[in-house]
Amino acid sequence: MASLKQLTEREERLTGGHRLCAGCGASIIVRQILLATDYPVVVSCATGCLEVSTTIYPYTAWKNPFIHNAFENSAATISGAEAMFRAHKRFGTIPQDKKVKFIAFGGDGGTYDIGIQSLSGALERGHDFMYVCYNNEAYMNTGIQRSSATPMGASTTTSPAGKVIPGKKQYPKDLTEVIAGHHLPYIAQVSPGYYMDLIKKVEKAMEIEGPKFMNTFSPCPRGWRHAADASIDVAKLAVDCCFWPIYEIENDVYNLTGQSNLIATGKKEKVPVTEYLKTQGRFKHLFAPGNEEILKNIQEEIDRRWDKLVKLSSL
Amino acid sequence: MARSMAMAGNIAAAYSTKQINPHVVAAYPITPQTTMMEKFSEYVANGEVDTELICVESEHSAMSACVGAAAAGGRVITSTAANGLALMFEIVYIAASNRLPIIMCVMNRALSAPINIHGDHSDSMGCRDSGWIQIYNENAQEVYDTMFMGVRIGEHKDVRLPVMVNLDGFITSHKIEKVDTLEDAEVRKFIGEYEPFYPLLDIENPVTYGPLDLTDYYFEHKRQQVEAMEKALPVVKKISKEYSNYTGRNYDILESYHLDDADCAIVTMSSTAGTTKFVVDKMRSEGKKVGMLKVRLFRPFPVEEIRECLSGLKSVAVLDRSASFGGFGGPLFNEIRNAMYDVDGKPSIVNYIFGLGGRDISAVQIEGVYDRLMTAQAKMPGDVHYIGVRGD
Amino acid sequence: MDQEKTWKEIPWGGLILDAGNAQEYHTGDWRTERPVHIMENCKHCMYCWICCPDSAVIVKDKKMVGVDFDFCKGCGICMKVCPFDAIKMVVEGEEGD
Repeated sequence: MASLKQLTEREERLTGGHRLCAGCGASIIVRQILLATDYPVVVSCATGCLEVSTTIYPYTAWKNPFIHNAFENSAATISGAEAMFRAHKRFGTIPQDKKVKFIAFGGDGGTYDIGIQSLSGALERGHDFMYVCYNNEAYMNTGIQRSSATPMGASTTTSPAGKVIPGKKQYPKDLTEVIAGHHLPYIAQVSPGYYMDLIKKVEKAMEIEGPKFMNTFSPCPRGWRHAADASIDVAKLAVDCCFWPIYEIENDVYNLTGQSNLIATGKKEKVPVTEYLKTQGRFKHLFAPGNEEILKNIQEEIDRRWDKLVKLSSL
Repeated sequence: MARSMAMAGNIAAAYSTKQINPHVVAAYPITPQTTMMEKFSEYVANGEVDTELICVESEHSAMSACVGAAAAGGRVITSTAANGLALMFEIVYIAASNRLPIIMCVMNRALSAPINIHGDHSDSMGCRDSGWIQIYNENAQEVYDTMFMGVRIGEHKDVRLPVMVNLDGFITSHKIEKVDTLEDAEVRKFIGEYEPFYPLLDIENPVTYGPLDLTDYYFEHKRQQVEAMEKALPVVKKISKEYSNYTGRNYDILESYHLDDADCAIVTMSSTAGTTKFVVDKMRSEGKKVGMLKVRLFRPFPVEEIRECLSGLKSVAVLDRSASFGGFGGPLFNEIRNAMYDVDGKPSIVNYIFGLGGRDISAVQIEGVYDRLMTAQAKMPGDVHYIGVRGD
Repeated sequence: MDQEKTWKEIPWGGLILDAGNAQEYHTGDWRTERPVHIMENCKHCMYCWICCPDSAVIVKDKKMVGVDFDFCKGCGICMKVCPFDAIKMVVEGEEGD
């Protein structure tokens, strides 16, 4: 695995001058992923913060070929580009040994919700590409509306913490587990807070042929209401409390990795979820008297999902 | 020249696609398009084409994959109908706006609801402002030939637009007719090699497709699309002429039938033109001065050429196979009457909506339209009429 | 780029042919606070570099040498992830040391 120092010698493929918010998790993730490989890449991106902020005409922050098509079709779009690449190899217009990697990005809205069909289709068809969801747990680009990735209790603009309803009423969809049902050669859940784990997984994925899926945890200072400088700390805490375990599924074999592995094997302590929740304004109301039951339920749900994952994993 | 073959419109579309040998085909099954893609899948399975066939999970993804593939750089073909076209509607606009010369066969079919699988033009007419070139075909032969012309038109350096090749669902898509074909080598010679235009796969020259385009530049990009359509018109004419010379089969953007000395005429599109020709022949043999204008090219709409054809007539009936609810007549009528508005001595123009949901239009009904045009002579009463609907 | 270009002068289809030209757009003026690099504390671990959302940490020959203030939005992540107190945040416009 390349060291961080070695990675600094690679070209930055996402330049500065993009207009994502200060402290945005999405651009950290894109940088970490693209720096983890030196293959040429073609990128597609779903409509969302990442797309609009990096390609405000006449400017683009992308130094690699880039296509934004629409909101729900990042996966279908990259599947077309990847098919064209294979076609050119067959036609003899691109050399057989030419290596290009295809990466599709989408937020949780474009992945968990409106784009899930397009994603599932492209994964099933077996295109040689990696899909990266930058999951900031709500529709941030349109103004922090709830999505199926929004955690229970979070206050968003369409699940506001009100007098009778304390934020979102449902638990988030576990998309990584939904994707697991596609039996892909490689699936990973990562956090930019544990960047060495992320980089290692990208390096691994890039050597595997076929469809890959990576679910990345993407702090959003604006939407989650934490300070801009806290993004990495929050991204770590989510893993530390087992709300966002980091793991990989390689040909159906589960492996908890990095910090999550240390927690599962008792080498690190599992942090109570309240430690994580209290870092963000979107959960503030949950700490008001009378909401103790909700906090208890959230902890139980996290424990339930974590225990299931530990059972699935070879430790 | 190669042999004549018996084939349905869908098979003609599949066979011409095979001869084009596109880099990528992405499609999703929908009646009455399925037999085209089934046939093409056979070609792929038997190694008769080099194409990457993407069997997507929806029409939305079909057009999305086409956009990704075409932007990557290469020839791309798809096909759909009705609800399928409606589902991909969003990306239909994006394909044209990104200036990607995709070819899409549309086996014209009625839109839901209620669900109906038969032919009318409500699907493609819904896309008439999407920025696609639209060519409506009368029969399987036209479908076969238009595919090759479509490749050249869409990829033309002044145009760079997607092309919709329309044929009437079931009537043309499934009816078996004689089709004169070209040899593969003749097709290759006519369509030529694909010339890349800022492909995504050019890693050394990275390009960004689909940026956020706000108030400062969006309008300029739309103005470019207007220009592309204006430039497409002479290109369609030129390539039709070239193809006519190449094959001996005559093509133009319009087809006029006994219009020169006609008093009254019907304007229509697609398979109905065939039935109308039959009626014109019959009435001409009875000494009646009737004619027909078939509109092949609907987008860009050939205003000047329409004026030339229809000036001097006394009365015209425009037959639309789709309704524009709450609008003033059908889409073809709208365009024709608008085009003729400033013409001195313009004919009286009325509209007939017919054939929705695949309802047959008979020779007798078409003759009835001519009879009314001839009887009324100066001005037909009313503007919009219906053929073959009970209650009218 | 010239904001006054006509529809005849720009590439078709909204294509942007100048990859990475966002670097002509300086987001540095969003900053209210500014990171100050304290070289003597720095171990060049590159944690700040790998966590910067704006590609604004300048690394030369595997050494952290400063911050690109054309792009740094002043989020402060670099200061937070630094294990060696080699970055401090100061209010923009005030002296760093």
